[in-house]
Amino acid sequence: MSTASVQLPAWINYIVVPILNLVLAFFFSGLVVWAIGESPLEALRLLLIGALGRGEGIGFTLFYATSFIFTGLSVAVAIHAGLFNIGSEGQAYLGGLGAALVALSLDRYVPWYVTMPFAVIGAALFGAACAAIPAWLQAKRGSHIVITTIMFNFITSSLMNYLLVRVLIVPGKMAPETRTFLEGGQLPKLDWLISMFGGKLGAAPLNFSFLIALVMCFLVWMLIWRTKLGYEMRTLGISPTAAGYAGIPYAKIVMIAMLISGGLAGMMALNPVMGASARLQIEFVGGAGFVGIAVSLMGRNHPVGIILAALLFGILYQGGAELSFDMPSITRDMIVVIQGLVILFAGALEYMLRPAIVRLYQQISGK
Amino acid sequence: MKRTLLSLIALGAMSATALSAEVKPALVYGTGGKFDKSFNEAAFAGAEQFKKETGIEYRDFEPTSDTQGEQAIRNFASRGYNPVVAVSFAWTSAMEKVAAEFPDTKFAIVDSVVDLKNVRSVVYKEEEGSYLVGLLAGMASKTGKVGFIGGMDIPLIRKFGCGYVQGVKAAKADAQVFQNMTGTTGAAWNDPVRGGELTKNQIDQGADVIYAAAGATGLGVLQTAADNKKLSIGVDSNQNHLHPGSVLTSMVKRVDLAVYNTFKDTKDDKFTAGVQALGVKEDGVAYALDDNNKSLITAEMKAAVEKAKADIIAGTVKVHDYMSDKSCPK
Repeated sequence: MSTASVQLPAWINYIVVPILNLVLAFFFSGLVVWAIGESPLEALRLLLIGALGRGEGIGFTLFYATSFIFTGLSVAVAIHAGLFNIGSEGQAYLGGLGAALVALSLDRYVPWYVTMPFAVIGAALFGAACAAIPAWLQAKRGSHIVITTIMFNFITSSLMNYLLVRVLIVPGKMAPETRTFLEGGQLPKLDWLISMFGGKLGAAPLNFSFLIALVMCFLVWMLIWRTKLGYEMRTLGISPTAAGYAGIPYAKIVMIAMLISGGLAGMMALNPVMGASARLQIEFVGGAGFVGIAVSLMGRNHPVGIILAALLFGILYQGGAELSFDMPSITRDMIVVIQGLVILFAGALEYMLRPAIVRLYQQISGK
Repeated sequence: MKRTLLSLIALGAMSATALSAEVKPALVYGTGGKFDKSFNEAAFAGAEQFKKETGIEYRDFEPTSDTQGEQAIRNFASRGYNPVVAVSFAWTSAMEKVAAEFPDTKFAIVDSVVDLKNVRSVVYKEEEGSYLVGLLAGMASKTGKVGFIGGMDIPLIRKFGCGYVQGVKAAKADAQVFQNMTGTTGAAWNDPVRGGELTKNQIDQGADVIYAAAGATGLGVLQTAADNKKLSIGVDSNQNHLHPGSVLTSMVKRVDLAVYNTFKDTKDDKFTAGVQALGVKEDGVAYALDDNNKSLITAEMKAAVEKAKADIIAGTVKVHDYMSDKSCPK
């Protein structure tokens, strides 16, 4: 009998399998570290201490995780409707423009908590706008969403480059970036969250958008599993034919799913633009949109899974930076190798171990 | 590469113990990566030279993102490294923040200006150096058409392009200059394949000298020009040796000097903050002439470029700076 059809209990599917995958990934990363003549255990220790050892490290880890939660949710919402949105990178980039325009125009007049809701809306609108054209092309013209969204990443980066180099740049400055937002355009740091656990945030840019990300996780869960729209999206994702037969309008659902997806990606910009650097910088997304794909895959497209996967990637990013700082022989390219192995084992090869686990499970449970 | 890695491991191991108390230099590269044979590698060379002369070890770091760059600068400062040098304009805002947090640490930034009491800002008059190589390009070109390939489309690279065009026109007033930027993302600094494609395109249009100001992307430009028996011009580091006989010259930008001098001045307790603008006069930018390209530079070209150099130093020739008004004379 094929093992693929065997149902495994949830705790094996969602806890044991991911942990085993992770252990494998770290094992092979360890081999790589060992091969260049460093101690894998020491490397792992430095990585974990760097990411979780001090308040500041935790702050950075959560800061990175915040971005990945947004982009992970963005990818997940689209996947539920059967759409593979790989344009989160560009949607987040354009979202930054939305957030920055709000911050630049309001920061002089009002405190941050007044600016924030407008900035959230601005970021989401711009992100959604960036997803709207690919969505329309998919819905009405059948142009494949994967192709159009990835093309839009380049269109967005050219547009943003033009705006930052020609229009929004501070005259006389070399760096293509906007002016620094005043207090009214910045999201406050979450010092209190870290000090609740007795740590010190230090220079880490963990900010209010982390809480926005958590709220979005809840809203996405509500949307996907507790609303009619979510049901329609999932139906479409599982079987477009069945959805059509049931009278679910294809074009409308595709549009809505992609707009939400783009909006979530756009909100990612709140974190680096308004939370960390308080200005719109060139290339601020820095690959978070693509990491979102891995996060969503690893998190099984569920908000809780996405939070956990985003945390894992936050740890890898922050711990990786500290590791290559403390162990100069681990270059930045090595860190990319380690991240790649984690994505490979935890995301792409998720079913590699499954047959063995199923057989083991069947033996133990005696079926 | 492997050998370099291994020696770096050894270096890293030693540096932990060998660092003296007074001066613990640290260097943060731009996101293009340390061994780009260009900008960052020039900085690396400056640090290496300092190490060779003084025996003092230094630490360096290659950030992959803006957040990491700031973290690295702060990490170095908080662990007592002094001075901390960051190359690339990308670290401007990071430097502004971190330098204010550590007023007793000495910092230096290359390619950008940070106005703080403990920061030295080293900027270059790239337009002057680019003018000189543009002049050479204009004289060496047989078709009257030359090319420029920039990395990412940012003001800094336009500054290179603008000086180059002026130099070419000084040599041949009716010369045509094709200009292309490799891209609009940071990947444009590290895309030799695309650089090669653009070069091919410009060659097809008739260009026979192509100037690359594009970090590691330029390696593809130089390669393609060599493959097609055309001339190319390297940038930042002296790249004449990469394809002898094909690389006409290199616009050398002495990033190594900025790093070396900051390390050295801190050691000798002669560190000064403020802006240093290095042009042709200060030997901050220059055209490269060595055994690899001396057959390409005729006596007439050499005389012309030396005259232009003297004129710039004397002030009789003024090269327009793109940054001053965001435009380039046509």
